Amino acid sequence: MYLIVLTVHVLTLTVFVGTALMLDLRLLGVTMTRVPASEVIARLLPWTTAGLLVMMTSGALLFYAAPMLRYQNVFFRLKMVALVLAALNVWVFRSTVYRRIAEWDLDRVPPRRARVAGGVSLALWAILITLGRMIPYQLYWFDCTRQPQSAIVNALSGCITDSSSVRR
Amino acid sequence: MRSSPWLFPIVATIHLFGLAIIGGSVLVVDLRLLGLGLRRQPVSQLARDAEPWLLRGLLVSLPTGVLLFMCFATKYYYLTFFWVKMASLAVVLLFTFSIRREVTMSDEQRIGRVRSTAVALVSLSLWTTVAIGGRWIGFP
Repeated sequence: MYLIVLTVHVLTLTVFVGTALMLDLRLLGVTMTRVPASEVIARLLPWTTAGLLVMMTSGALLFYAAPMLRYQNVFFRLKMVALVLAALNVWVFRSTVYRRIAEWDLDRVPPRRARVAGGVSLALWAILITLGRMIPYQLYWFDCTRQPQSAIVNALSGCITDSSSVRR
Repeated sequence: MRSSPWLFPIVATIHLFGLAIIGGSVLVVDLRLLGLGLRRQPVSQLARDAEPWLLRGLLVSLPTGVLLFMCFATKYYYLTFFWVKMASLAVVLLFTFSIRREVTMSDEQRIGRVRSTAVALVSLSLWTTVAIGGRWIGFP
């Protein structure tokens, strides 16, 4: 069951990141430059959104398979931070540059702010994928049971450390 | 690569980047063939724009895939899903650069809805098989 949810999560990432990627590339003025930006956004965004919903559902299921493990996982925590940053990036884009899209819709290369939004978005997808891939490696490198660890690692992972060697 | 604990996950992550790039470039065109997504654009235009990205995605995925394989070659040899993935990968690459390419690059009127839909579905199923096979390699 877990394997199926994990497979769905990884496969849906092709839909989610794949369409978001093509959208960001258009914002960077690198691909599909003859298509109006608003058209690319309007046509691809539904797929990105659908992908996101499946990602979040499967992600939540994966989390609940072993909540404490995830919660105390440095990579998982950073991944959640990255997700929030990605959402923030979209929100900023929507409320600023996107408002004036009529001005730069037909431009081959959109204005700087749009390009920044696209670039930040791309970087965040790469970071998200990386962190997601690293989640299992927590067990080898930073796990709470591997005491003594440096204080920073313990603080970041939320490990509860005292003289007892029992994992909490 | 086996001696360093960091290298395998990093290579695997880059392999995943390639997956995302391939996914995006394949989806844009296949969705269009199905009459979804960027409907108002000519297929050939989208295909021409997407093709460099498909090639870049492959340029990332294929070498990293080889590197990953080299870590566990003798192990992979005995795993069914590895062969499932390799077989479907070979078929989808052949298919993409022959039939699919011809269909996407030619005039829409000539191709017709049935053939476009068929090509898109074959392409999507084959890539999905590659992806699932890849994810299930570790599991007998």
